[in-house]
Amino acid sequence: MTANPTSILMQGDEACAEGAIAAGCRFFAGYPITPATEIAEVLARRLPQVGGKFIQMEDEIGSIAAVIGASVGGVKAMTATSGPGFSLMQENIGYAAMAEIPCVIVDVQRMGPSTGRPTSPAQGDVMQARWGTHGDHPVIVLSPSSVRETFNLTVQAFVFSERYRTPVILLTDEVIGHMREHVVLPDPQSIERVDRSGTTVPPEWYKPYENFPTDVPPLVPFGEGYRYHITGLHHDERGYPTSSLDDIHLWQGRFFRKVGRSLSDILLYDEDGVKEAETLVIAYGVVARSARHAVEMARERGHKVGFLKLKTLWPFAEEVVEHAAARLHHVVVPEMNRGQLALEVERVAGRHKVYRVNRSDGEMIQPSEILTGIEEWRQGT
Amino acid sequence: MNAPKHESRVHERYLRHSKRFPNIWCAGCGIGIVLGAIIRAVDGLQLDKNDVALISGIGCTGRMPVYVDFNTMHTTHGRALAFATGLKMARPEMKVIVVMGDGDALAIGGNHFIHAARRNIGLSAIVVNNSTYGMTGGQYSPTTPIGAQAATAPYGNIEQPLPIAELAAAAGAAFVARSTVYHVRELERYVAQAIVKEGFSVVEAVSYCHTTIGRINRWGTAPDMMHYLKEESISLKRAEKMSEGEKRGKIVHGVFVDRDIPEYTKLYDEVIKRAQQQSGPDGRLSPPAEGVDGASL
Repeated sequence: MTANPTSILMQGDEACAEGAIAAGCRFFAGYPITPATEIAEVLARRLPQVGGKFIQMEDEIGSIAAVIGASVGGVKAMTATSGPGFSLMQENIGYAAMAEIPCVIVDVQRMGPSTGRPTSPAQGDVMQARWGTHGDHPVIVLSPSSVRETFNLTVQAFVFSERYRTPVILLTDEVIGHMREHVVLPDPQSIERVDRSGTTVPPEWYKPYENFPTDVPPLVPFGEGYRYHITGLHHDERGYPTSSLDDIHLWQGRFFRKVGRSLSDILLYDEDGVKEAETLVIAYGVVARSARHAVEMARERGHKVGFLKLKTLWPFAEEVVEHAAARLHHVVVPEMNRGQLALEVERVAGRHKVYRVNRSDGEMIQPSEILTGIEEWRQGT
Repeated sequence: MNAPKHESRVHERYLRHSKRFPNIWCAGCGIGIVLGAIIRAVDGLQLDKNDVALISGIGCTGRMPVYVDFNTMHTTHGRALAFATGLKMARPEMKVIVVMGDGDALAIGGNHFIHAARRNIGLSAIVVNNSTYGMTGGQYSPTTPIGAQAATAPYGNIEQPLPIAELAAAAGAAFVARSTVYHVRELERYVAQAIVKEGFSVVEAVSYCHTTIGRINRWGTAPDMMHYLKEESISLKRAEKMSEGEKRGKIVHGVFVDRDIPEYTKLYDEVIKRAQQQSGPDGRLSPPAEGVDGASL
């Protein structure tokens, strides 16, 4: 239509919905919950327009289950919720990880625990996103800090989920979800889309959990002539339940390797002035906005402050942080929780180097609070 | 009659030869009979195996799909219908059969059960009702009779049993039938009707568990319990002429509901048409649809 990109005033939740459609998502199942409801509302309207389908399920457990079922049918699928619903989804997120079914789960974080303050932002689900389901499993968690980035990372979540056959969690929050910003959306043709790779082997040779060279064996949708079994039980290469240690070891190796070997692809972050810095600020999500402001204020005062904004929270960018922190005395980690990602930073940087700036009362962390953190810590050493 | 010989060949064409047998069920269990009925129903309808999905939850019945050469998925406890809902929406042309036990379908999965029925989505739900949690050792379930002992009801069950077929009918299913693992031919016929039915269909297959709750209550061997199913069952037609007192404790079998109501994925196709007519398929930030009459949905 028009060659000039148009700037649109858009809400974060809306950008998430549009990002999903741009990524090829054609199925959404969800349950109303503040502050994620707008994602469902937009997709209820938008999905049928593009031939996709929307369903409001009876609860969040059913929502994630329907999403996995649709994905098994070969359709890119997503659900969106907030803390209470995210807690309910955990068992089936583990199923998707175990059965290696691609899907995207959006958690627009609100203040907890429990019902908490539904219309207030928080970052209290960082550890739940990593460890919320039982058992060890790899997981990919992305966190945007603007409306435009919500669009991008939603697309990226679908790319990763298909590329690595894994659930991917998009962790936003009430402010990012409800905030409106002017955005220029990319040309649909320029958006990266990853579709299921398919297989060239005949049906009788197909093994959905084969110990494949890339560690990600192709997943053929149900209904296309490759009849196979999917289960949450430990399974062999064909997907049949097994208690053989040989089968389990083979599978575990591939299961953890498929994400572990691809960190250079998966770890997304922005860094600014890290090499020259004496103090490093590490932030993510909505707090990255306050942190960016605080870094600029500190620089105006003559402090050498670097900024690392993490877009991929899990797997944790431990080598990046370790490398950056090695020469530094101070790492400031502001978070809207009691210190969750700070635990990881402390693990790789050393506890004595890390200064936490935390708020978990449902209010935004102000740049001045982070600036105080930067300066107090510097004076104290 | 050479039916048994013929039938063993039918099963051979549907069981997975790559899967290690024997199956996990106890000798004398009714679940295998239900699986046999499903296989013969699918065979009788001459369905393409590629178009059939068999989805289950957790428990003894949950282990059924792995043995059969369909598209099979063993999901989480209680959630089979919700998984199947997503699959059916992604692949409306597939015949999606969901097998569940009574605990799976009605306790942990009770909410999904009534909502799948309310939506009338085209799934065939086969509930194997053995009135207990067999795999975990005979705890009381939503269908355990009052007074029966169970591993978690050592002084007798005090909770009312839930009538599966009546619940499905009240919740809006298009087809509801009850049979038993004794009435094999009838069961097979009902399963076939359920598969053919466009909307949400439920077949309750009354079974038993002689190794857990049966043993605890000294209900006898598998043949004893099979005999019980035979003796205590009455047809729906007969039951209609009996008083409540006469029917108490009896297994009423027959087709409870068979009605033509619009199926969910078919209705959703209309939603897609309406959405595309109103805003055009490429309308990125099109305004909310106006003039949609909610009553017409």
